[in-house]
Amino acid sequence: MNLVKLTIDNKPVVVENGTTILEAAKSIGVRIPSLCYMKMDDMNFENKPGGCRVCVVEVEGRRNLAPACKTECTEGMVVNTHTVRVINARRTVVELILSDHPAECLTCAKSGECELQDLAQNLGIREIHYTGEQSHYKGDQSPAIIREMDKCIMCRRCETACNEVQTVGVLSAVNRGFESVVAPAFEMDLDHSVCTYCGQCVAVCPTGALTERDYTWKVIEALVDPTKTVVVQTAPAVRAALGESFGMEPGSLVTAKMVSALRKLGFDYVFDTDFAADLTIMEEGTELLDRLNRHLNGDQEVKLPILTSCCPGWVKFFEHQFPEMMDVPSTAKSPQQMFGAIAKSYFAKKLDKKREDLVVVSVMPCLAKKYECTREEFSVNGDPDVNVSITTRELAQLIRNANLDFASLPDDDFDQPMGESTGASVIFGTTGGVIEAAVRTAYELHTGKILEKVDFKELRGMEGSRKATVDFDGLKLNIGIAHGLGNARKLLEEVKAGKSEFHAIEIMACPGGCIGGGGQPYHHGNVDILKKRQRAIYEEDKGKPIRKSHENPFIQELYKEFLGKPMSDLSHELLHTHYFDRKKKAEVE
Amino acid sequence: MAIDYDGLLASGSMMGSGGMIVMDEDDCMVSVAKFYLDFTVEESCGKCTPCRIGNKRLYEMLDKITLGKAEEGDLTRLRNLANVIKDTALCGLGQTSPNPVLSTLDNFPEEYEAHVKESKCPAGQCRALMQYVISPKLCTGCTLCARVCPVDAISGDKKLPHFIDTSVCIKCGACMEKCKFGAISIQ
Ligand code: SF4
Ligand code: SF4
Ligand code: SF4
Ligand code: SF4
Ligand code: SF4
Ligand code: SF4
Ligand code: FES
Repeated sequence: MNLVKLTIDNKPVVVENGTTILEAAKSIGVRIPSLCYMKMDDMNFENKPGGCRVCVVEVEGRRNLAPACKTECTEGMVVNTHTVRVINARRTVVELILSDHPAECLTCAKSGECELQDLAQNLGIREIHYTGEQSHYKGDQSPAIIREMDKCIMCRRCETACNEVQTVGVLSAVNRGFESVVAPAFEMDLDHSVCTYCGQCVAVCPTGALTERDYTWKVIEALVDPTKTVVVQTAPAVRAALGESFGMEPGSLVTAKMVSALRKLGFDYVFDTDFAADLTIMEEGTELLDRLNRHLNGDQEVKLPILTSCCPGWVKFFEHQFPEMMDVPSTAKSPQQMFGAIAKSYFAKKLDKKREDLVVVSVMPCLAKKYECTREEFSVNGDPDVNVSITTRELAQLIRNANLDFASLPDDDFDQPMGESTGASVIFGTTGGVIEAAVRTAYELHTGKILEKVDFKELRGMEGSRKATVDFDGLKLNIGIAHGLGNARKLLEEVKAGKSEFHAIEIMACPGGCIGGGGQPYHHGNVDILKKRQRAIYEEDKGKPIRKSHENPFIQELYKEFLGKPMSDLSHELLHTHYFDRKKKAEVE
Repeated sequence: MAIDYDGLLASGSMMGSGGMIVMDEDDCMVSVAKFYLDFTVEESCGKCTPCRIGNKRLYEMLDKITLGKAEEGDLTRLRNLANVIKDTALCGLGQTSPNPVLSTLDNFPEEYEAHVKESKCPAGQCRALMQYVISPKLCTGCTLCARVCPVDAISGDKKLPHFIDTSVCIKCGACMEKCKFGAISIQ
């Protein structure tokens, strides 16, 4: 390891060769403002275009200022980060950005979370000395994402997320000079592109240029409608992040307060998507064993590996990118949609209500779910199984609207029957969790033995793609795990080439899984936040009295009273789905 | 001078180093700088803030100056912006683009000041700052100019000096062309 010595603001510092001035400064507590730069170790995310020029510093002997995010430290370098020249340049650059930016903070969805707003605040910008023409671009509203490119500052983080991390390649810089902007090809709407709605572009956008489609008002309308029974479900990853919106430490588990808040907001039934996650395991696990057994019995038709299908971002990805492999993923619906289908059949019947009288609201860490619930196959006679899907952030907004003091809310419990869940379902919220949950159930179903040790540490972690072999009493099951669509693509290429060694693969579109979803409180590039959320999820699992999906008493009751058994005809009708070749469709269009 | 990319870049840096511009006094230095900036704005790739937005603003400020709309303080702002762009732009294009502004500011400050403070273009090139004036000494009151003026900006009795209402005049130049006594000039 080569070390270099330098001075930053008169402080000596020794760093590894190749370290940037920005990183070196950070290591000695010198904060250099930056804007376009974002790096997330473990997530394969590095955005370093050197474009905004906010991070410029003075390097002795250098003619012009140096961008700290891009300039590597060299031996003997003397760096000054806060000279008059630097501060003047930095302020001027920020004023330039603001001179081509709508001053709409009061009504902007990003206000309070906006990195540009923060920067202007920190630099104390009170006047913009340079004014002139502002660029205007057409708006774009998809079911999940709103693009307001007048607020784009050309940091290119979304491009890095979409192209390099997700390998979807929807977003790239178009036009030149003052007219340049990040957009889908031909500046078409996202809706017409191959966008998966994973929302990772939204998760990293520093400004209000990319935000979620806000449906909070639809929820409020449903809540005040006396003719509707409003049922809410909350996804596993929400409880591990919601607290952050109220100033709590990342990784705070707020399940009981969240339930309390939902009840105070006026939902008639507060249920848990975790219940449906247990149901997913019953169906997906059974399907896995079924395929596996047929394969072991020499059935040539059967496709292995089986791929999980609980992530709608991932589903849309393979429909566009790998349509020839549509029979590989499980046919099980996502937990959100299983919940909706059961709520509007089984539960509606219990209440003696028509399905149309129920409004199912889902609270998700996810933007793709907003799109998923609009898919036609998830409606009956125009009535969607899930009516509205809002994000963790939108729930926080509803709670603030209602003036609830979140931190001091009393604890509360989910309603039954669709509020009971196991530890297995909780871990759906993190990468590795779905397959671990499936293994817990499939092991017992396959071997007929009791699984004593339910923690499969080998399946856990944050590396982009992982593999592990699980011993099913002599049968060695090879399991692959990928999060982030770029990693998924690699595994999928192997499957396509017939070179995959796996029996089952878990895929989640978002880096980290749903804990890193596009609808979660903004992480601003801090991977530690994701890791803390992940820890919280495993903690919740550990604290649960029941940790295997098939032991959930209300799931057992649901099968006994209504569905029969996993993969029954009714299960197929309500809990399984089919996929569409979107490549062909795109080509025809 | 070659009006192509390399030619302009080369002259840009030359201007920066010594202000040796091969032009005569009929050229307005503000307009010259604006001409170069127009080119950079076209060529900017858009990757970095100082060039993408900064050069656009530089151009707009120069434009404002040539239109006589600049205010007190604009020259300081212009110089600051030019310096910051030079100091912070990502590539050579952006780093050299303000040179024509800086070198003309350094070498012909009086031209800039004339534009801003007196609303005058010493070279008589900035249309917006031009004023057509009839010299009462030379005018014979032939009325020819008043007859050709498309907007009736010229008044005056026969055989007496005529007068141009500058608030009406559209600076078409027709009167000056017609006047046989050289009584009309631009100021
Ligand atoms: S994007 Fe940021 S700076 Fe721009 S209007 Fe929204 S909050 Fe304000
Ligand atoms: S939502 Fe995902 S796929 Fe769509 S543009 Fe954003 S990053 Fe790309
Ligand atoms: S849309 Fe957002 S993330 Fe993308 S370049 Fe613009 S400001 Fe950056
Ligand atoms: S990983 Fe989770 S949050 Fe991300 S798209 Fe998939 S389901 Fe949504
Ligand atoms: S300075 Fe270079 S990189 Fe920056 S916008 Fe201009 S041409 Fe592009
Ligand atoms: S310049 Fe044209 S408009 Fe002005 S006074 Fe002369 S003729 Fe009339
Ligand atoms: S943060 Fe360094 S150039 Fe943008």
